[in-house]
Amino acid sequence: MAERAKKIKKSSAPKGTLKKVLKYVGRHGFLMAVSVILAAVTVALTLYAPILIGDAIDLIVGQNNVDFDGIARILIKTAIVIGITAVVQWLMNTINNRITYHVVRDIRNEAFKKIEILPLKYIDAHPSGEIVNRVIADADQFAEGLLMGFTQLFTGVVTILGTLVFLFTISWQIALVVVLVTPLSLFIARFISTRTYRMFHLQSETRGQQTAFIDEMIGSQKVVQAFSHEDEALEKFDEINERLADCSLKATFFSSLTNPSTRFVNSVVYAGVALSGALICIATAGTANPFTIGQLSCCLSYSNQYTKPFNEISGVITELQNALACASRIFELIEEEPQVSEPANAVTLNNVEGSVELSDVEFSYVPDRKLIEGLNLSVQPGQRIAIVGPTGCGKTTIINLLMRFYDVNGGSIKVEGNDIRDVTRNSLRSSYGMVLQETWLKSGTIRDNIVMGKPDATDEEVIAAAKASHAHSFIKRLPQGYDTVITEDGGNLSQGQKQLLCITRVMLCLPPMLILDEATSSIDTRTEIKIQEAFARMMKGRTSFIVAHRLSTIREADVILVMKDGHIIEQGNHDQLLKQDGFYAKLYNSQFAV
Amino acid sequence: MFKLLVHLKKYKKECVLGPLFKLLEALLELFVPLVIASIIDDGIANGDRGYVVGMVLLLVGLGVVGLAFSITAQYFAAKAAVGFSTKVKHELFRHIESLSYSEIDHVGTSTLITRMTSDMNQIQNGVNLTLRLLLRSPFVVFGAMIMAFTVNVQAALVFVAAIPLLSVVIFGIMLWCIPLYKKVQQRLDKVLGITRENLTGVRVIRAFCKEEQEVDSFTRRNEELTAGQKFVGRISALMNPLTYIIINLAIIWLIQTGSVQVNSGILSQGDVVALYNYMSQILVELIKLANLIISLTKCVACGNRVQALFEIKSSQTISDDCSIIGDESNAVEFRNVSLKYRDAGEDSLTGMDFAVKRGETVGIIGGTGSGKTSLVNMIPRFYDATEGEVLIGGRNVNSFPLPELREKIGIVPQKAVLFKGSIRENMQWGKNDATDEEIMTAAKTAQAADVIESKGGLDYEIEQGGRNLSGGQRQRFTIARALVKEPEILILDDSASALDFATDAALRKAIREMDSKPTVFIVSQRTSSIQHADKIIVLDDGKIVGIGKHEDLLSSCPVYSEIYNSQFKAESNGKEAV
Repeated sequence: MAERAKKIKKSSAPKGTLKKVLKYVGRHGFLMAVSVILAAVTVALTLYAPILIGDAIDLIVGQNNVDFDGIARILIKTAIVIGITAVVQWLMNTINNRITYHVVRDIRNEAFKKIEILPLKYIDAHPSGEIVNRVIADADQFAEGLLMGFTQLFTGVVTILGTLVFLFTISWQIALVVVLVTPLSLFIARFISTRTYRMFHLQSETRGQQTAFIDEMIGSQKVVQAFSHEDEALEKFDEINERLADCSLKATFFSSLTNPSTRFVNSVVYAGVALSGALICIATAGTANPFTIGQLSCCLSYSNQYTKPFNEISGVITELQNALACASRIFELIEEEPQVSEPANAVTLNNVEGSVELSDVEFSYVPDRKLIEGLNLSVQPGQRIAIVGPTGCGKTTIINLLMRFYDVNGGSIKVEGNDIRDVTRNSLRSSYGMVLQETWLKSGTIRDNIVMGKPDATDEEVIAAAKASHAHSFIKRLPQGYDTVITEDGGNLSQGQKQLLCITRVMLCLPPMLILDEATSSIDTRTEIKIQEAFARMMKGRTSFIVAHRLSTIREADVILVMKDGHIIEQGNHDQLLKQDGFYAKLYNSQFAV
Repeated sequence: MFKLLVHLKKYKKECVLGPLFKLLEALLELFVPLVIASIIDDGIANGDRGYVVGMVLLLVGLGVVGLAFSITAQYFAAKAAVGFSTKVKHELFRHIESLSYSEIDHVGTSTLITRMTSDMNQIQNGVNLTLRLLLRSPFVVFGAMIMAFTVNVQAALVFVAAIPLLSVVIFGIMLWCIPLYKKVQQRLDKVLGITRENLTGVRVIRAFCKEEQEVDSFTRRNEELTAGQKFVGRISALMNPLTYIIINLAIIWLIQTGSVQVNSGILSQGDVVALYNYMSQILVELIKLANLIISLTKCVACGNRVQALFEIKSSQTISDDCSIIGDESNAVEFRNVSLKYRDAGEDSLTGMDFAVKRGETVGIIGGTGSGKTSLVNMIPRFYDATEGEVLIGGRNVNSFPLPELREKIGIVPQKAVLFKGSIRENMQWGKNDATDEEIMTAAKTAQAADVIESKGGLDYEIEQGGRNLSGGQRQRFTIARALVKEPEILILDDSASALDFATDAALRKAIREMDSKPTVFIVSQRTSSIQHADKIIVLDDGKIVGIGKHEDLLSSCPVYSEIYNSQFKAESNGKEAV
């Protein structure tokens, strides 16, 4: 029921959403029109069948008073009507399915395309789960609501209207009874659901508390056991559990009153139709235009048909509102401002040697919190730049700027004399080989992952690259070697192996400049050494930016950028910085000295 | 699933009364067509208005009584279902708490949590639905058929033919669709996978300029998904038209048969209307039943998963043999101990053999994955030795009742976990009745006193997981929590990693000066943290490669001197550079 509370909370969509949905649906205009026509036909035919059957019943009056020929004629007609109804209904359902799934497919595609061009700023600021939720769960809910809307709302309304029209033509008195009594069920349903809302809310709140508690205790079960805290935890759990039982009982019970109550109203309607119908029958008996048993039976079956969509419609409307709310969240994503597009005359970088010039660079993630100010750095081809600082000081910011994941707020970054905002993103990014500390692998085979930067690489090239990065020996030992499928994010590989694969990936294409992020921990000593060797091999003769943790890397760098709290506070080589006796010297002594 | 049902024992009464009242309600519903028939045959035919009104009042009366029955039934069903799930959750929570580390690792925390939450909700729902509906729908279907027989045998044969046919269509389509829906779900998972991948790997994908290729592969998978959805849609769209055809053909047949019977005087017109109404009732109930069965299969699947969890028993038993088999003056002794984790191919520890005197400080050092944590986890018996014995005070750890054993040991795990609640409540995990003074004493030793002060005292509320504290603060609190116990053995598992050098040193000094003089195990990657220990154990790849004091190890243990040099040389070289 937590979902239900959520639904209620989120079922508010901006007005424009419906319009946007219609824009997508409009692409299937022809099918839509067909669907509407088919729906009308279905409803008309379904309403016609009881009339035919009523007519047939009227021909069965009593002993030796049965018109067999008439009945046969009517029944054949009925069979044909039924056959057509069934076919039309199936066609309509199939068309509705098609429209719905195509609309959702289009929306999903568009959302995904947007993800690929969203600025990193957006992606970094939103938990990936939330965005995934929009593309998957919201789109799914939207599809469900849309389909339900198509198949039920429209036919439901048409059925109600059609029934009323037919009823009025048969007997206006009976029609009136139905019109007056049926809304009762709506009121009752509304009444119950507003009363139970509070209980559901309480239930989902308590359930939330319980889940949080379970999450906390079972998530840290080992600590609970280490402190022999099991009994206390169980006691507290029981307390929540009892409270939950109490409000859950109320919520379950009261909400389950809806069905019996509406059923009761329906039976009142049914009784009303029976009463008025029977009385009219008696009153008109013997007159020129009598109200027949067949018509009564037809009205009775209508009153059943009528209440069904009536009871469903309120549910469908909530579902639709919910679907719109979901749609509005997807549209929010689709309409998000994309990254700055490339200028028409963007330069394609060729033959990069590796000179990078940062002048007066100014950058901050949030406008009122300055991060980098007046950063100047001139990197000659082949130089090594080490970026050091305590964890969380924003070392990756530099990577973000170099790769143009983020744009500078002031100043410029130039590669080979070109401002990176004037070159194509693709040529800029493929000039860099990047190995991040958070190793990311895509699901697929090992080979798929290695050839990311060079899709047409031959097996020999792949193996050569893997050998150069010391990954070959472990890949060889995997069940299917290079064809071993790794799960999302390489779950079945060790951290060190993942790191080696990421290095192999870069090793294969070896761009002229490198961005390396040294891993801090969780790698065993032997692998660590291999990674170091691989790094060293790659860096030979290439401009490299390294987020460094290892002393040897730092000391061999041509320039060390010392960062603290997002600022670059010192800059120079190892000896210069130690002589300054500033933050670097302090950091150096505390981290590496005893 | 079915073993879980013993927990319904307390609700026997509800389990019988719920369905019973539901059946009574259904029975009343079956009378409705008969009443209509008599309105037609007796009331209308005779022009008897009073009779018609009487019969209609009977209809309303049936409705009222039906409503009352049904509400009663819903209440009993809800009570039994909620009571049942409350009881099962209680048992399950207790059961999970009794599992040892080894089982928890094997099952996985997230699985445990899912079982406790969403699976249990499904089960509660399923039990509720079963009590309410499982008997009702078949009852109405067969009831309608039996009532039809009481009206006319010839006409009732139509029911005998229609019901199985309808069942075959409804269940057939549903059974056909279930695996297809699963397939669609798998394709949806793939679409989800690629979406998530593109968010988590956005930097790499953009660095390799893979955006367009990713859009292509997303479009392809999305197309597969859509095709699957359309296919299932086409099949499930068959349901309504097919049942519509069957039920209406049955009605046609019914009227045909009825007309012959009426003509020969066996049946009345009202009876034909009644039969027609019974036929209409069947369809609705069969569809309800099919839907119910689908949710029930889901519920049973959840039930089986929960049941399977109950069947996992803790692998740890307490031995009766409490005899002292080792030297009582040794706080801890390992005798040729090996440890192999469940599901692991190789031993994580082999041939651990050493003894630690009471009050000694032991440093444990080694690379990542060398087995440091595994080693200390065996002291409080989080894991059992696969070979050899672990002794505490000369007695095998597996002879202590677990609470008694863990009472002696204060452990500070690598991951600093705190719980929602005040600082005081968290500290009292170590000792239920710890006074504020005791807590502050422990906090002082753990270098956490000033943190408590800065937070405004022991009443400060810690959020779940300690989100509102920094890593260093959390670490100091977890150390203090272990110290509140005044344990005989204190284990610090790399728990000073977020502390700066000075705090780390002060902490070690304070622990050395504690009055209770505990035996201390310090696991660390930094030689500086352990070099003053009475005994240093050097681990490499699950084996002890050196035991001794700092100075001895420097010359005798190459692994140790390598680690030390890599850290120490940095210092000396650095100093030279200055």
